[in-house]
Amino acid sequence: MGVYLAQFLSGLASASALFLAASGLSIIFGVTRVVNFAHGSFYMLGAYFGYSLVRNLGGGALGFWVALLIASIAVGLVGLLVEVIILRRLYKAPELFQLIATFGVILVIQDVVFWYWGAENLLGPRAPGLSGIVRIFDVPMPVYDLALIAIGPLVLLGLWLLFNRTRWGVLVRAATEDREMVGALGVNQSLLFTGVFVLGSALAGLGGAIQLPKGDANLLMDFGILAEVFVVTVVGGMGSIFGAFLAAVLISELNTFGILVWPNGTLVLMFILMAVILIVRPTGLLGRPETIGQKTETGPVEVVLPAGPHYKIFVAVVIALLALLPLLVDDFILVLVTDILVLALFATSLHFLMSTGGLVSFGHAAFYGGGAYAAALLVTYAATPFELALLLAPFGAGLLALVIGWFCVRLSGVYFAMLTLAFAQVAWSVVFQWSDVTNGDDGLLGIWPAAWASGTATYYYVAFVVAAAGIFLIRRVVFAPFGYGLRATRDSSLRAAAIGIDIKRQQLAAFVFAGVMAGLAGGLFAFSKGSVFPDEMSIPRSFDALLMVLLGGIESLSGPVVGAAAFTWLHDELITFEYWRLLLGVVIVALVLLFPQGLGGAARHHVGRYLKLEASPGDLRSATPKREQRA
Amino acid sequence: MLEIRGIHSYYGQAHILTDVSLTLSKGEIVVLLGRNGAGKSTTIKSIMGMVRVTEGSIAYDGEEVLGEPANRIARRGLGYVPEERRIFTRLSVQENLDCGRQPAREGTRNWTADDMFDLFPNLAEARHRPGGTLSGGEQQMLTIARTLMGNPGCILLDEPSEGLAPVVVEQIIKVVKEIKAQGIPVLLSEQNLYFAGLVSDRAYVIETGHIRYEGSMRELEENDEVRQQYLAV
Repeated sequence: MGVYLAQFLSGLASASALFLAASGLSIIFGVTRVVNFAHGSFYMLGAYFGYSLVRNLGGGALGFWVALLIASIAVGLVGLLVEVIILRRLYKAPELFQLIATFGVILVIQDVVFWYWGAENLLGPRAPGLSGIVRIFDVPMPVYDLALIAIGPLVLLGLWLLFNRTRWGVLVRAATEDREMVGALGVNQSLLFTGVFVLGSALAGLGGAIQLPKGDANLLMDFGILAEVFVVTVVGGMGSIFGAFLAAVLISELNTFGILVWPNGTLVLMFILMAVILIVRPTGLLGRPETIGQKTETGPVEVVLPAGPHYKIFVAVVIALLALLPLLVDDFILVLVTDILVLALFATSLHFLMSTGGLVSFGHAAFYGGGAYAAALLVTYAATPFELALLLAPFGAGLLALVIGWFCVRLSGVYFAMLTLAFAQVAWSVVFQWSDVTNGDDGLLGIWPAAWASGTATYYYVAFVVAAAGIFLIRRVVFAPFGYGLRATRDSSLRAAAIGIDIKRQQLAAFVFAGVMAGLAGGLFAFSKGSVFPDEMSIPRSFDALLMVLLGGIESLSGPVVGAAAFTWLHDELITFEYWRLLLGVVIVALVLLFPQGLGGAARHHVGRYLKLEASPGDLRSATPKREQRA
Repeated sequence: MLEIRGIHSYYGQAHILTDVSLTLSKGEIVVLLGRNGAGKSTTIKSIMGMVRVTEGSIAYDGEEVLGEPANRIARRGLGYVPEERRIFTRLSVQENLDCGRQPAREGTRNWTADDMFDLFPNLAEARHRPGGTLSGGEQQMLTIARTLMGNPGCILLDEPSEGLAPVVVEQIIKVVKEIKAQGIPVLLSEQNLYFAGLVSDRAYVIETGHIRYEGSMRELEENDEVRQQYLAV
């Protein structure tokens, strides 16, 4: 009996930090409609700030708590900078750009933390006066856990008072419903948004700081907490602070009790919990369905046109050049172009999902890495020949996409994006932790192609043929009836449903198809490098793909190919610096702020008019209905 | 008080208003009549800085407001009552009123929540209920009351009678007359000629984004040609 009670209390204790982080995310999203991907980084910063401040403010109990509070405020100030410098300019941009920009912030914060605090895990300081143990039903229990148990509900109460008893809080709630109307009543939205962002960031920082005595500060905690926070938000219901609290408790209890019953299965338990809740209540425990006015728009979508005559000639020339490439360049360049081809297929598969399917996935690397691991596992454990493993890799990824997609297509918009990210992080954790099978961080080695394909030039041709075939297949699907149906669903799911399209099935099919294609790219990748590491499934890899799509411009079908080339080049240039993440992060943020249409989009806008790269708009556009006008 | 000269407004690429000009003087109620989609709401949203206006001028109290964000225009004393009411459904009636509150302004009445409850007795009873549970008529009153809380020097009232029962419309008419009695000018957008005739001094008729007619309310009521061509009554 006592053991269970102690376990229950310990679960409550770990729920507090999670709740703080999740409530911050929820508050920010509610008002600004921005899913702050850098939220995990704010949590991490809170831990590092707290660590240093506790050491500097001495050992007293007062010093300890003041240090945590200052850490939280400091993170709030970092949030202030991020909001004022970056996000404020992006509120009217499509949400993809906001998310990419906050990802740039993640990279910058990672490297700044690495530069200042180093790569070592920093063990959290004990809380003075609370470092002892109490006995509850004869089971020892850290006193600090009791403090944590109190902090969660206290913050919840404080937030409730703030939002219900102050005019600022009432305005925030009003803005959550209709921010334009709040502006028309004379309220300065910019100030309100900034205030909300600072509050949310400070909550994340406080969450990171208060968990220090139980844990540590490390460089992996940003993505770790981000995925957990997303799960809490999806389960609790976006925008509901009580929901966040409930879900944080539920998930923390599940984790603490799960470890007793099934030590390696807590992630699976989390899956099951999420599945049950999403089936019973798609909007989460206390969430409300999105009202029509709140739906964030993806921005005006241009009609994708089939290739015009000039463009076809251009593509033929590029293909001919690529076919002759081994005669023209050395092996170094050839390996680089192989990488580009693999990534181009990966990016094109994501682009298909995003632009044709209207589904922005933030966990697409799960299938790229999934394909790579499928191939590597087949070779390692079943001695599968190269050709067969490469053929089966996409199906392994497709299977994974079927499972993950089954959950994800129940949600839409940012919820969909959050859930894909959470699942990808779970997939990464499985690969990272299940070292008996996957070798964990050491990766699977010796995944080489068959002898006939092992030369650099030969493998280049293999990659070239497979990637080109994959890209053309994707392009074919865009212009097939299935692709039209998807685009109809994207533009108006209601009308698509009314003409007999099964929306969810359509979207699931698109998700699986994109997963299969990403898996094919992953298989190609595994054999080109001879090894696979968990990195290929990680969130940064998912963002790499998003970045390629963004660089190429979301509106053109050839964009991701251009984007993959630009990304590989950029990456190669930057990787020579020690703090390349910082540079990449700054470049990403700058690109988003300067070229909101993507590089490819900007280039096409200027060049396309002269070169007639697409079929003349007149051919098709007259057949497409005009956008509805409101007056 | 309010002077609009030759504005052109757009939704995205769609050109909605063409060369719209109108004026509103102190103490006056002016109605903007037109069918669905004629450009009434767009005109009002243009004044509030909620629609992209590319040309022209909008002066309030002699100062140019074109290009300013909505919140600053509201702070100048322009009170906006939106067409779809847009009350905050999850906030209580009292909280809705609090959202509209602005500091007292010189030259216009300083309204309090109690004034609102006197003016709209229905709202007093529903004070702590969420706005979303109110009836359509009560919501319309709440949205007007919320705007009055900002102590506006001028009110833009967008289709207040839309979709309401005649008995509720009567109440709204009473409120508009009360606002007029306070000397606050109102720019009213309406389709309901009967309503407009009861309260308005002057009228503009708008059709496909162009002002087609301008004159006193009485002249318009006697002008069968204009009424049939643009208003279908």
